[in-house]
Amino acid sequence: MTLRKYLVILSVVLFGSVGDAFLARGMRHVAAIDIHHLGNVFVALANPFVIVGIFFLLAFMASYMTALSFADLTYVLPATAISYVVMILLSIFWLHEHVSPQRWVGVAFIVIGVGVVAGGPSRTEDYPAPDSCSEVPPGPVPEYDAIEEGA
Amino acid sequence: MKTFYTWLCIFITVFAAAAGDVLVALAMRRIGDLVDLRRRHGFLTVVLRVLSSAVLFGGIFFMAVAFFSNLVGLSWADLSLVGPASAALTFVANALGAKFFLHENVDRRRWLATMLVCCGVLLLTRS
Repeated sequence: MTLRKYLVILSVVLFGSVGDAFLARGMRHVAAIDIHHLGNVFVALANPFVIVGIFFLLAFMASYMTALSFADLTYVLPATAISYVVMILLSIFWLHEHVSPQRWVGVAFIVIGVGVVAGGPSRTEDYPAPDSCSEVPPGPVPEYDAIEEGA
Repeated sequence: MKTFYTWLCIFITVFAAAAGDVLVALAMRRIGDLVDLRRRHGFLTVVLRVLSSAVLFGGIFFMAVAFFSNLVGLSWADLSLVGPASAALTFVANALGAKFFLHENVDRRRWLATMLVCCGVLLLTRS
């Protein structure tokens, strides 16, 4: 893993949690959406916080797809779970919510889990080569880190 | 009967979310490293490769199914049941999907990390 790839993982975390926080902030000003009032979804789409949140979540999706292009799903998902911690911090300092001790224990579990997975390889070798698929030109499986370091 | 429908919704959410993540991961693996691809062929090539992937759109479709199934579940049951159950089970389903469909080498380290994150999410969303 190179620095640039760690930055991609970091951007997944930041764009996802900031996007969710903007959506939560925006939805406070919108009436409750239930099965009988689905039209309120369109009212929510006019809220500036919701619009900014959607843009952040689009950036999250782009970063998430980039991360999955060079790392395993079982690496990306636990590694990006640190976004739950960022969301807790945003909910304390920006949304002024109360965080119970039970949630702090949950945060500790996530931080340890992220530490455990981040210490291992991002891509395991036991996976089908891209040249078996129609969407990429034939050729050997690229050595991701070797390309990065050799450039 | 309402409990049955709630758990049906939770299982549809978990299945669809895991299927979505596995398909998006499969699509990105087939396309190749985007960072390297952009450096060698340019940004436009990356966009065209991504937009021409049917598997990717299949994954996004399942993600949308998971989102709406979660919404329906929330309209029937409390967030304190639907939230933790969906989030924690999705982590486990993703690990199983990655092992059996993507053939990732999910070793003890990754199972441990998945379980720790799963417990953490459970604690965060239950309180």
